[in-house]
Amino acid sequence: MNIHEYQAKEILTKFGVAIPKGGIAYSPENAKDKATELGGDMWVVKAQIHSGARGKAGGIIVCKSHQEVLDAANTLLGKTLVTNQTGPGGLTVQRIYVEEASDIKKEYYLGLVFDRSTESIMVVASSEGGMSIEEIAKEKPESIIRAKVEAAVGMQSFQAREIAFALGLEAKAISRCASAILGCYKAFTTSDATMVEINPLVLTGDDHILALDCKMSFDDNALYRIPQIAELRDKTQEDSKETYAHDRGLNYIALDGDIGNIINGAGLAMASMDMIQLAGGKPANFLDVGGGATPEKFVKAFKLISSDPKVKVILINIFAGINRCDWVAQGIVDALAQITIEQPLVIRLAGTNVDEGMKILKDSNIDYIEASTLEEAANNAVKALKDLENK
Amino acid sequence: MAILINKESKIIVQGFTGKIGSFHAEEMIAYGTNVVGGVTPGKGGQKHLDRPVFNTVKETGADCSILFVPPAFAADSAMEAADAGIKTLVAITDGIPAHDMIKVKRYMRRYKNEERMTMVGPNCAGVISPGKCMLGIMPGHIYKEGNVGVIGRSGTLGYEAAEQMKNLGIGISTSVGIGGDPINGSAFKDHLEKFEHDDDTKVILMIGEIGGPQEAEAAEYAKHNVSKPVIAYIAGLTAPKGKRMGHAGAIVSSKGESAADKVEILEAAGITIAKNPSVIGDTVASVLKSL
Repeated sequence: MNIHEYQAKEILTKFGVAIPKGGIAYSPENAKDKATELGGDMWVVKAQIHSGARGKAGGIIVCKSHQEVLDAANTLLGKTLVTNQTGPGGLTVQRIYVEEASDIKKEYYLGLVFDRSTESIMVVASSEGGMSIEEIAKEKPESIIRAKVEAAVGMQSFQAREIAFALGLEAKAISRCASAILGCYKAFTTSDATMVEINPLVLTGDDHILALDCKMSFDDNALYRIPQIAELRDKTQEDSKETYAHDRGLNYIALDGDIGNIINGAGLAMASMDMIQLAGGKPANFLDVGGGATPEKFVKAFKLISSDPKVKVILINIFAGINRCDWVAQGIVDALAQITIEQPLVIRLAGTNVDEGMKILKDSNIDYIEASTLEEAANNAVKALKDLENK
Repeated sequence: MAILINKESKIIVQGFTGKIGSFHAEEMIAYGTNVVGGVTPGKGGQKHLDRPVFNTVKETGADCSILFVPPAFAADSAMEAADAGIKTLVAITDGIPAHDMIKVKRYMRRYKNEERMTMVGPNCAGVISPGKCMLGIMPGHIYKEGNVGVIGRSGTLGYEAAEQMKNLGIGISTSVGIGGDPINGSAFKDHLEKFEHDDDTKVILMIGEIGGPQEAEAAEYAKHNVSKPVIAYIAGLTAPKGKRMGHAGAIVSSKGESAADKVEILEAAGITIAKNPSVIGDTVASVLKSL
């Protein structure tokens, strides 16, 4: 789960990470009031969407008067921003963050992530802040500092100091930087984060260290024990179909093609997508219905897939283990008694009680195309699509 | 011989008396697995499925365990198993927080190599040595006894491969489902090592997918340490680039994570690639034939 920049900053301040003063606003008037409250003569108005690289997309505006703050807020609120992280549809700005402008002497990069190779938390830092970490890796790979944290004892002060020194900071800023790094580590571990990224972390004219921009992501599996973070979820920043599916226990990702899929198991779903493409078709989605393919789950899956105007053919591929094929077949039949689908349907069942399952489908009145292997399922789906086009 | 589990393995079920634990314990017993009891704290002394229930893992004297404990308590139960001398633990539980898994992995390292538990999963279908022992939730009847060692991340795709092989008359020594979580108890390379030293295993099949460094690490390991032929299929060859999981992740693991990258790395290590999921069985057959 992702959260907004201002929310991540609120969390980090609780762990002693310094940030510029700022306030959240939902209207232009509101934004102007925030600027007044903050005082000073320069502000940054920042679009709050679940994406980085907002600056390049025009989502961050520097203002030198209250009128400019008002204008900036007017421009941003309701605007759809497209960045290299949002996908072509972009994300709509519904909140803006008004922040006092900072006197920046130098920009750094600081990130904390899980490293799957060493199975530990890794701190990544660079003296080349402001660029994305991918750009840094390409252009200044020698500037990247990595430090692995020993899970048994957690991050130690010396590690944070080593990073601060390696960044080339002056003596005055070392302990401030080290405590920012330690604060990020504490925030990461106590809130079940999967990522904390501060880019840039800045050194100010008076040698303070501030987190100027911040992103945090959290482990969906841990949301049950971090309710104060779970409630920060902003569904307007998520793909509506994916959210709909997720809230109903389905694992769904929208794709560009026209063959809709309902499959059990992520690996089998990916393999089926491979087969569809090999057969000359294009999958419209990835959908893992998981175990226990009940009629209710099929109704939800059919609703989701058949309402997608892109979908011309639907392919069901279920390899039943413990959930037997006869139960699955009955689930499909019952679901189709509750919901009508327009698209041709290809069904492949395999595994436990496959003959009984196929018999239930044959004896029912549902209209479908049978397939017995993965290859046949993909070929039949593509053929059904071609038949539609030739009609 | 098979790996990890055998006819003689003394098996317990953690989360024995729960609905899911009970269901699968019955399936395992019906398969002929030597289930000696189970653990449900507070229910010690009772009988369940004609077998004793214990309060703690230590009292059971078992050497293998399967875990059906809910995600919030699963890490604790896994550490209990490691401390009680369990040698093979299969964690079926889906949804264990990643921070908890890091703790479990670190905890397991307290023990010397020869005493250390091998954890399989979480979020997996389990382990089966066909004809001998089933420590998992798979449909046992689709696995034929034989000499192919299988390691896979996905449950249902593993079933698909097992059935393709069975239809061609090819059997399996042991099939290990390492699970789909980002941090898992054991990786491809841990089981490659075990299969290399297993007399019953002639060839090894890896079923991988996009994401994570494990397949690339396995390729590197196999190149230098595995003399038996290795075959691999990687799911997601045609999947579009996955959703960004955040910047820094991309930089820490610099090894190839896309399916195409993985295929290239595996091929360079001398591993035979099954080009698509419908020819996994055929590819294994042709490698077996060439022996």
